[in-house]
Amino acid sequence: MTKNEALFNYTLRLGDDSLILGQRLAEWCGHGPILEEDIAITNISLDLIGQATNLLNYAALIENKDRNADNIAFLRLEKEYCNILLVEQLNGDFGDTMMRQFLFDAFRKPLFEMLQFSKDKQLAAIAEKSLKETKYHLKHSSEWIIRLGDGTEESHQRVQNSLTNLWRYTDELFFTDESDTLLGELGIIPDFSKIKEVWSANVTAVFEQATLQIPANNWQFEGGRKGRHSEHMGYLLAELQYMQRAYPNMEW
Amino acid sequence: MKVLNSEELNRKFQEKIDNDIKIEPNDWMPDAYRQTLIRQISQHAHSEVVGMLPEGNWITRAPNLRRKAVLLAKVQDEAGHGLYLYSATETLGADREDTIDDLHSGKAKYSSIFNYPTLSWADMGAIGWLVDGAAIMNQVPLCRCSYGPYARAMVRVCKEESFHQRQGFEIMMKLANGSPEQKDMAQDALNRFWWPALMMFGPSDDDSPNSQQSMKWKIKRFSNDDLRQQFVDATVAQAALIGLTIPDPDLKFDKKSGHYIFGEINWNEFYEVVKGNGPCNKERIDARRKAKENGLWVREAAMAFSAKRAIKKSA
Repeated sequence: MTKNEALFNYTLRLGDDSLILGQRLAEWCGHGPILEEDIAITNISLDLIGQATNLLNYAALIENKDRNADNIAFLRLEKEYCNILLVEQLNGDFGDTMMRQFLFDAFRKPLFEMLQFSKDKQLAAIAEKSLKETKYHLKHSSEWIIRLGDGTEESHQRVQNSLTNLWRYTDELFFTDESDTLLGELGIIPDFSKIKEVWSANVTAVFEQATLQIPANNWQFEGGRKGRHSEHMGYLLAELQYMQRAYPNMEW
Repeated sequence: MKVLNSEELNRKFQEKIDNDIKIEPNDWMPDAYRQTLIRQISQHAHSEVVGMLPEGNWITRAPNLRRKAVLLAKVQDEAGHGLYLYSATETLGADREDTIDDLHSGKAKYSSIFNYPTLSWADMGAIGWLVDGAAIMNQVPLCRCSYGPYARAMVRVCKEESFHQRQGFEIMMKLANGSPEQKDMAQDALNRFWWPALMMFGPSDDDSPNSQQSMKWKIKRFSNDDLRQQFVDATVAQAALIGLTIPDPDLKFDKKSGHYIFGEINWNEFYEVVKGNGPCNKERIDARRKAKENGLWVREAAMAFSAKRAIKKSA
């Protein structure tokens, strides 16, 4: 594997995570529990779509095959998307959405903190810009997890269920293969075990404040990074790709 | 201190208005003025919030990343407008949740245009261009409204609406200059949204019950018919520029008056939609009601949590 291939893989993975979660969050528009959350969720969605645009543009540039961010975002087959399974999970109730977001944000913040010092200038710049947004996202999702966990009996039970269901997808946040090993050796991406340390400490601290229990069953799923998705993914892509598939080769 | 009787208070109030002095939340105001503003501003807020639904319907299907981002930003602006308009009603002593309950019960109205479905991507263009365009015509005069908090909120709202109108027109222009399918899509959206957009200015002046008093209070500055005419005059030229046809066989330019003469509006349709018989009235209100119901446990949790923290703090 060449450095360029590895860099393409890595950039695509980050881009797909942002794209698919941004797409999911957009489904909330107009249906939030309070107006302030309609604003917050559309804003986070917008940030993620912005990140996806930067990352997929860079992936296209690395690939150098006459594709742009839109072709990559809208015109691949399901098995060619390499986002983690966590981000494609259904929105569920507000607690499910916030739990998915928190588990993700708690990973993204240390990732971008370390990635901003990448030897790859473009990735470093994208990380630095994304970090500013991600800090707000994590603050927002952490606060909701604590509020819901330590709120009413009902909210505690609901968000505990969210945690139990979503915990199985967290190991994939730290998925690595030969691309990552190569980029790690070149100082382009940070050491995932270091990110995991920060992530674990942060989620443990927040769950403690939220009075939530990490489930005893530690079975972990993976597949998204290798293009093997959940049943939800096809429907998500059907909406995402609808216009590009129905009206091919047009400018919008 | 001299206590003024109600006649004197009323006279002083009207004097301020006549001299273009803004009325502020703590100033004395006639109850009818307060109630008129609560009704108008909360209905405006409801329109912003219900208006998120027809556009929200297309965010997940936006054709490219840029359009998706712009549409998200636009809908987020609308939620923001809703928020500060609800805040403006609170300066008048109204309760946000009460006004929202009035929306859900059908007591409070919102702009009828949002009861029409969004069937294609071009509808995002038509809504920005026509609906936000009509909203600007209505709202620019409100920046000089006699009630301070409403006027100031409208200054910001209008700035953002003007971006929205341009992004809508840009979507339409791109479609109109695109493939035959895209041009059809744009024309179809214009055909469906043109007449409802004209209805947004409200009934004809002869049938507009609240207009006279609102003009005297400088809540309203121009009549419904004048604003509608202004909108038609501006929009016909824009449609011509991008090669789309206004769906009105009676439309013609009147040299003498310098205005476009347009066909009869189907007021029967307007009143039916206001009454609840539009194609999406039920869906819109159901969606809003469901959002409130599904969010109840979240709001309760937030209240319970902040009460717990307050106890901890004071302990």
